Amino acid sequence: MKRQYLVIESIRRLKNDVYYMTFTGDCHEVSAPGQFINIKVGGFYLRRPISICDYDIGHISIAFKVVGAGTQKMALAEKGDLVDVLMPLGNGFDVSKGGRNPILVAGGIGVPPIYCLAKDMVGRGEKPRVICGFNNADDVLPMTKFNEIGIDPTITTMDGSVGMKGLVTDAMYEEQYDYVYACGPEPMLKAVWSLAPDGQFSFEARMACGFGACMGCSCQTKYGSKRICKDGPVLYREEIIW
Amino acid sequence: MVDTKIDLAGLSLDNPIIPASGTFGYGKEFAEFYDLDVLGSISIKGTTREARYGNPLPRIAECTDGMLNSVGLQNPGLEAVCDTELKDLAELFHKPVVANISGFSLDEYVACAEVMDKQPNVGIIEVNISCPNVHCGGMSFGVDPASAAEVTAAVKNVTTKPVFMKLTPNVTDIVAIAKACEDAGADGISLINTLLGMRIDLKKRQPVLANKMGGFSGPAIFPVAVRMVYQVSKAVNIPIMGMGGISSTRDVIEMMMAGATAVQVGAANLVNPYTCRDLVTGLPGAMASLGIERLADIIGIAE
Repeated sequence: MKRQYLVIESIRRLKNDVYYMTFTGDCHEVSAPGQFINIKVGGFYLRRPISICDYDIGHISIAFKVVGAGTQKMALAEKGDLVDVLMPLGNGFDVSKGGRNPILVAGGIGVPPIYCLAKDMVGRGEKPRVICGFNNADDVLPMTKFNEIGIDPTITTMDGSVGMKGLVTDAMYEEQYDYVYACGPEPMLKAVWSLAPDGQFSFEARMACGFGACMGCSCQTKYGSKRICKDGPVLYREEIIW
Repeated sequence: MVDTKIDLAGLSLDNPIIPASGTFGYGKEFAEFYDLDVLGSISIKGTTREARYGNPLPRIAECTDGMLNSVGLQNPGLEAVCDTELKDLAELFHKPVVANISGFSLDEYVACAEVMDKQPNVGIIEVNISCPNVHCGGMSFGVDPASAAEVTAAVKNVTTKPVFMKLTPNVTDIVAIAKACEDAGADGISLINTLLGMRIDLKKRQPVLANKMGGFSGPAIFPVAVRMVYQVSKAVNIPIMGMGGISSTRDVIEMMMAGATAVQVGAANLVNPYTCRDLVTGLPGAMASLGIERLADIIGIAE
């Protein structure tokens, strides 16, 4: 974990208010899918925590959604800009603790870290099944990166405009699995949690520091309080208290 | 060669830079970034007699040049802090620390002060009197001179180490409260704690913080802090740890010219974890450029 500058290699709009940004720099410390970086945005006091979508020793990429003035400003960044980041942060997913027959479930902007996990699993010789849920056709993110690693995710939309009509949990009913990796909005995580025999769940929270100092994102678990930024963002099924 | 040493209530510090309580945990996270021994001291996370989980999430809201927090004094409680956190910190930081304590009744303050006084690596006890007094209708101890004096006297009665009273700025007359603390035996004053603030989420049409209101900190509050440190330093004869929005070496010098003997750095640690280290390394250069040879010479120099 350190503070460093990355160089923006590319930025493009992925879909409506979702942007995809790639960086070059020293990324060798990134050790697991599900970790995140905390980005300083000019003119804003606190950093913006964003999950890593893809990484290698000299690059990372993120996909982020414009949800306020800070991410709006991020979307205006240009190729070649230097960005002040703290990274890597958080524990990330641990596939060594996963089950024999896992399924990966993502909702909305929770898709990028799940892609990162899927790619990691493919690298280990597995071919994970992936479910990606969105509100409607407008929100559906391109699945190109999944397809490139040989995965064809099941898509669900609330209105049925693309893929299966319904929630990610509706798609889960059609699958056999003994372990779930999930990332998405909290109501989705809760619904997925109730169907999962076991699994790892990546949470989102408003953070100040992102590295465990301020207690701004502490939540209660079965094993005492945990900081989403430092002890998470990935929590294990058995420890989660809703 | 410039001299950054200062004397703080009998404690000799290599420099006046002290990370503020609640923004530095017990040092562990920052020891991953730099060697803590460069710091003058460290004010540890506020400790209460019992463990506290704190407030519901969200606890953080952003502001222009600052932030709100409503962490709610989350801490593992006095026993765990002394048995584990302070001992672990002693391995990472080899100088006396500032033990920040809080309470919701006089008894709780006394219990914390008594135990902290016995800890070998505690150099100063800093008493946060911004919490609501549960025995007095929930009004903060720190908003009334009489109750501030009462806490001061009770803590002084059970301690041998210097006691700094940490004051809330959310009062009409900060000087009266500081003087009441001095008269009751305080060895120093820490100020300012956070300003009470609030933000509203425009989409949800509701407060951002689950607790609705929270403490406002960051560069935006610096002028308020300088003003209060100045006012109090002119009125009392005990040293002041000045804090509130400090993020540069110029801020450190300004706060000391206003009357602070040492400074605490809070929110800035959360945005740039290297802030305090950078202040320590940058201070000699900043002093030299302003013609300051001994930092101690500028304390309260502003008339």
